[in-house]
Amino acid sequence: MHDKSISELAAGLRAREFSSVELTRHYLQRIARYDGRLNSYITVCEERALEQAAAADRALAAGDAVSLTGIPLAQKDIFCTDGVKTSCGSRMLDNFIAPYDAGVVERCDAAGMVMLGKTNMDEFAMGSSNETSWYGPVRNPWDTDAVPGGSSGGSAAAVAACLAPVATGTDTGGSIRQPAALCGITGIKPTYGRVSRWGMIAFASSLDQGGVMARSAEDAALLLKVIAGFDERDSTSADRDVPDYSAALNRDLAGLRIGLPREYFTDGLDTGVARVIEEAISEYRKMGAEVREISLPNTELAVPTYYVIAPAECSSNLSRFDGVRFGYRCSDPADLEDLYKRSRGEGFGAEVKRRIMVGTYALSAGYYDAYYLKAQQLRRLIRDDFARAFEEVDVIMGPTSPTVAFNLGEKSDDPVAMYLSDIYTIAVNLAGLPGISVPAGFVSGRPVGLQIIGNYFAEERLLNVAYRFQQATDWHRRIPEEFRG
Amino acid sequence: MEWEAVIGLEIHAQLATRSKIFSGASTAYGAEPNTQACAVDLGLPGVLPVLNREAVRMACLFGLAIDAEIAPRSVFARKNYFYPDLPKGYQISQYELPIVGRGRLTIELDDGESKTIGITRAHLEEDAGKSLHEDFHGMTGVDLNRAGTPLLEIVSEPDLRSAKEATAYMKKLRSLVRYLEICDGNMQEGSFRCDANVSVRPRGSDGFGTRTEIKNVNSFRFVERAIQFEIDRQIDLLEGGGEVVQETRLYDAAKGETRPMRSKEEAMDYRYFPDPDLLPLVIESRWLEELRATLPELPDAKRERFMYEYGLSAYEATVLTATRELADFYEAVERESGGETRLAANWVMGEFSAALNSDNLEVTTTPVNASMLGGLIRRIADETISGKIAKQVFEAMWRGEGDADSIIERRGLRQITDSGELERAIDQVLAANPEQVEQYRNGKEKLLGFFVGQVMKATGGKANPARLNQLLKERLNS
Amino acid sequence: MTLERADIEKIAHLARLQIDAEDIPLYARNLSGILELVEQMNRVDTTGVEPMAHPLEMAQRLRRDEVTETNQRARFQRIAPQVEAGLYLVPKVIE
Repeated sequence: MHDKSISELAAGLRAREFSSVELTRHYLQRIARYDGRLNSYITVCEERALEQAAAADRALAAGDAVSLTGIPLAQKDIFCTDGVKTSCGSRMLDNFIAPYDAGVVERCDAAGMVMLGKTNMDEFAMGSSNETSWYGPVRNPWDTDAVPGGSSGGSAAAVAACLAPVATGTDTGGSIRQPAALCGITGIKPTYGRVSRWGMIAFASSLDQGGVMARSAEDAALLLKVIAGFDERDSTSADRDVPDYSAALNRDLAGLRIGLPREYFTDGLDTGVARVIEEAISEYRKMGAEVREISLPNTELAVPTYYVIAPAECSSNLSRFDGVRFGYRCSDPADLEDLYKRSRGEGFGAEVKRRIMVGTYALSAGYYDAYYLKAQQLRRLIRDDFARAFEEVDVIMGPTSPTVAFNLGEKSDDPVAMYLSDIYTIAVNLAGLPGISVPAGFVSGRPVGLQIIGNYFAEERLLNVAYRFQQATDWHRRIPEEFRG
Repeated sequence: MEWEAVIGLEIHAQLATRSKIFSGASTAYGAEPNTQACAVDLGLPGVLPVLNREAVRMACLFGLAIDAEIAPRSVFARKNYFYPDLPKGYQISQYELPIVGRGRLTIELDDGESKTIGITRAHLEEDAGKSLHEDFHGMTGVDLNRAGTPLLEIVSEPDLRSAKEATAYMKKLRSLVRYLEICDGNMQEGSFRCDANVSVRPRGSDGFGTRTEIKNVNSFRFVERAIQFEIDRQIDLLEGGGEVVQETRLYDAAKGETRPMRSKEEAMDYRYFPDPDLLPLVIESRWLEELRATLPELPDAKRERFMYEYGLSAYEATVLTATRELADFYEAVERESGGETRLAANWVMGEFSAALNSDNLEVTTTPVNASMLGGLIRRIADETISGKIAKQVFEAMWRGEGDADSIIERRGLRQITDSGELERAIDQVLAANPEQVEQYRNGKEKLLGFFVGQVMKATGGKANPARLNQLLKERLNS
Repeated sequence: MTLERADIEKIAHLARLQIDAEDIPLYARNLSGILELVEQMNRVDTTGVEPMAHPLEMAQRLRRDEVTETNQRARFQRIAPQVEAGLYLVPKVIE
């Protein structure tokens, strides 16, 4: 059952080939059997999932079902879930049970989907390897010595190992696309404002965007349709219609103009990865796409710019974690300052503290202009690069990550090396554009992702472009040996 | 040396919205602790702010009323600091681009002069909660009901030169926000609060001395006292060869003095930056024009009109337009009295205001409404009763005994204007006091008052005083 | 920009983070490295470029002034570390 797409699963449910309870139980059993090796879930909601599945079965029987009714999914543990712990991968929230649901969770519930559990992640979504989680690292299903990427590493690993048919993720600097690439699945980060941020624990508010981790563009289209849309509780939510992403999947790509940024194919790019990407591009040529070189001149500045803006926003966003109203509180605080300092010092891990400190520094008196303001100016230049590029091409393609998955511990002592691995994904968040990563091949047995970047609100186009590639290739159908059975 | 005070005020006016500035929780005052603090106000993880249109409308009205430019685009910023009554660890405020730019307000001084005070800016922000320092096993309790209540922070230029000017400015501002119905101005409940920046300098100098900021003052009286105390303290310090330390001080009303805040003074680094959860606030000029059309008549214009239309003095017009309610009341009384502008002014400012004060009532909750007071004034004007009797009638109305006419009728208070009746009473009094009549006629004319009193007594106070005076003189001089 | 121990202490205090004394050199090294990366921004002249705070050119949406939230104190305080009489308790605050 677990090798089926969610549209196949939905068809199976409708045809009564199996019930949602059976399907849910199947996934719960797989989690029980395999997740010890991966650590992809922080919380598994067995009882709740089976209740939701039973309700879905009733809806299916009554004919009240919508497209994904009864389909199980995993939620990244950054989305607040009423009654189920939302840890954000942090000791700070190890005891936090939100008294409300995130907008994304509400929409999945309303669609009759079944939440299997909450997936592991880098602490507060800060990381590219899933090693900063308080709950321990997640392992890559293709090679358990390797990282799954991050921060949505739990969702990526769970989907790659078929411990969930589909999952949610969030992407602030590549946190959907990079783990999708490293785990060999499809991950889409929509345009900023497309998916509600209500109840999604903020890392960097002007960059954070919820999205989908799936095995194929076809599956991603279905779940994106469910979670996208206007939410009046989020001031930055875009008030515009959500198209039927599935309807346009099969559009012909003849004449599609693909831009390859010359700045993406430089020394920093692993030659094996480069070869895989070139092969993918030639697939598109075969489909009649026109490929041309473009320039995004400020590409190299995306990482420095991001590492000012994201920490600055995070330093402020994470001030609410103070041990007063919820979350971790240190024992026997001597005074108020001690309460704050120890609750936060003990509740946050090293990477979170590093970023809070960088952000605090960048915003502090005397440094604001040199860091924060400068970064905001560069952000505009980076955005303008894309705007110019989209005057001449329909989509931009390149690698999602400069290398395949690295080994656990390989970069964990060197934050800067870790940050630099986000070079291709970060600029997309700064600009607020949509991007998708699709499996395009392997290097040394580890997956490679092709990133496709679209213009604002061009998710439909991205899914179409990804889908056609997946019609021509079968990289996305591969399941790691160890988790096939 | 002669010293001059330099004072600037930061007024926080709570905007009279139903719900909070960024959440749908109620702003009603006095609820049980934390029952009006929703997830957004509490700063729980993942929640987001959405701006209240009404708070924006109110800020725009204020800007229009002080002749300020309303920013077509303003920005919300985060002011970052840790404090238990600040749930998110930052306050959403406006920093570089406030909604209301430079404006002005004219105040009337005691000497009848007026002075224009510059308003630097006014910006929207959210209020913090409250720390309750009663002892909870040596801990502080935090109530976040007030967190997220919309505030308009109104910053004046350092144009004020005395404690009196500062309170006059504050009163005028309070009157204005109440006219605009954007703030209830209730100082006890903290809806209208004042921080004062005070410094002194040698008179004639145009530099600025080191200033202190006085926080936590919650009445006009205390503001005046606190500022005066601070001015005197600073002058004493400087004259004694000392220096003023830049610091925040609290006013202790019980001791009538200011003292430095005990909390460790550290140079605050608020790390302001644009709030990424909120987008730029854009005010369309069309909306602004619609709002301009809804502006009520403002205190200054109303004051001018009262002088011009009703022939009132500057002082009377100032008093009667101090609040919109009082001004409306005056105009209603004037109308009901049949155009007795002067009597209406005297009565509203005199008996009526005194009665309000002694019973601690508001114009809107008085037992004597405008139509009743106007009816009473009609009876004075048509000489049915004298001014003196009218006071009795007013008191009876205040006690709820009915309107003027029914009280006059029931108690037989109609004044005597009939010459025959008055002459009879006069004759009796003169006959009973021949000695005094003699003295009067020999030049002791101040005895006229004695005779008036006697006749009044004889008539139960109902004699028409003017008529009585006239007839008495005729009789005595004949 | 190389950060010294005192810088780290100052930043950690501003951010209300307890940092163990023995970890300070590592933080100083890490943060200095990050700042070095960040300072690559200076390679581009941004004179006259308008800062960009949001990816989308949208204006703030305004909410109707309606009370939509009800009292949920009991629910909200169930997850609080220490409450009494409906209040959140913290170590004594001195004004």
